[in-house]
Amino acid sequence: MTDNIYISLLIMCLTVYMIRLLPLLFLRKPIRSRFFRSFLYYVPYVTLAVMTFPAIVTATDHLGSGIAALIVGLVVAWINGDLFVVAISCCATVFLTGLFL
Amino acid sequence: MEKTTLTDPRNASSTLPSNRRDWILRGFRDGFPICMGYFAVSFALGIEAKRVGLTAFQSFLMSTGMVASAGEFAALMLIASRAGVFEMISTCLVVNLRYFLMSCSLSQKLSPATKTIHRFGIAYCITDEIFGLSSAVPGWLEPFYTYAITLVSVAGWSGGTVLGVLVGNILPAAAVNALSVSLYGMFLAIIIPPAKHDPFIGGLVAVSMAVSFLFALLPLTRGISSGFKVILLTVLIAGAAAVIRPVDEA
Repeated sequence: MTDNIYISLLIMCLTVYMIRLLPLLFLRKPIRSRFFRSFLYYVPYVTLAVMTFPAIVTATDHLGSGIAALIVGLVVAWINGDLFVVAISCCATVFLTGLFL
Repeated sequence: MEKTTLTDPRNASSTLPSNRRDWILRGFRDGFPICMGYFAVSFALGIEAKRVGLTAFQSFLMSTGMVASAGEFAALMLIASRAGVFEMISTCLVVNLRYFLMSCSLSQKLSPATKTIHRFGIAYCITDEIFGLSSAVPGWLEPFYTYAITLVSVAGWSGGTVLGVLVGNILPAAAVNALSVSLYGMFLAIIIPPAKHDPFIGGLVAVSMAVSFLFALLPLTRGISSGFKVILLTVLIAGAAAVIRPVDEA
């Protein structure tokens, strides 16, 4: 188990940097494997979806605020899709619903 | 987001910089909106970092060293759960795997004349947004354009994280509560627009969320650490998706 935060951060920073560095350094041709290419293509969607739900619902003090933020986030992302706008809309939803809950 | 930058009217209407200095100035300008967006999101990350027990300096190191939204969110989760080295490395690998693909893609954008040292430099700059702008440039990529965008963006990213740690607790509880969902909002902004254009990705997102929810409910799986849950579900669901519908073009 790693209790030292600096060592943890160093390990994780190096891991993330290596992920970004190795293809740039060694890969000068496109990936051949169709399966691997497809797998990499789908990874962000699954990872971010799993991290977002159900965590967003339980992130705030009230379950209702979390559910409202999820719904507003989905709708705004569907209509607009801008990172900043979606993030702010979710925050505003939690703030406003928090006034009534 | 890459799609929107590709159709950005600014890119089409303005002429391309012809020298390094102009590319750098262009990078500063293009990096500014990213800086603003990063600031709001990383402020929430700083609040989370504080909650997990990180100091302002440690959170500065984390944000400057990693420059990864979901990746740092996962990192905090790992620190909070006192994860082992194996779990840290494997979770970081899976959560940041998309950067691997972006790195593959950017490796094709560098001219053969570009010095190898720039491959080390560009590697640091790969985030969803900076990758999007860098790959939208016609022809070979001028590394200093990417460096300029990154300088401005990371200033917002790291500054926001540090401020989140320092003044996050001065904010009223209602505001902190509200900011705690900004990261999730950002994740939705990354996954929902492609889901809108491709029903298969929409289904993939829905299935991922449903299975994630089940894992949180079922007695057998609810004890699994969040880090391993992300790895397990990503490998299984993205793997299944790759078998069901292989991608034609990378």
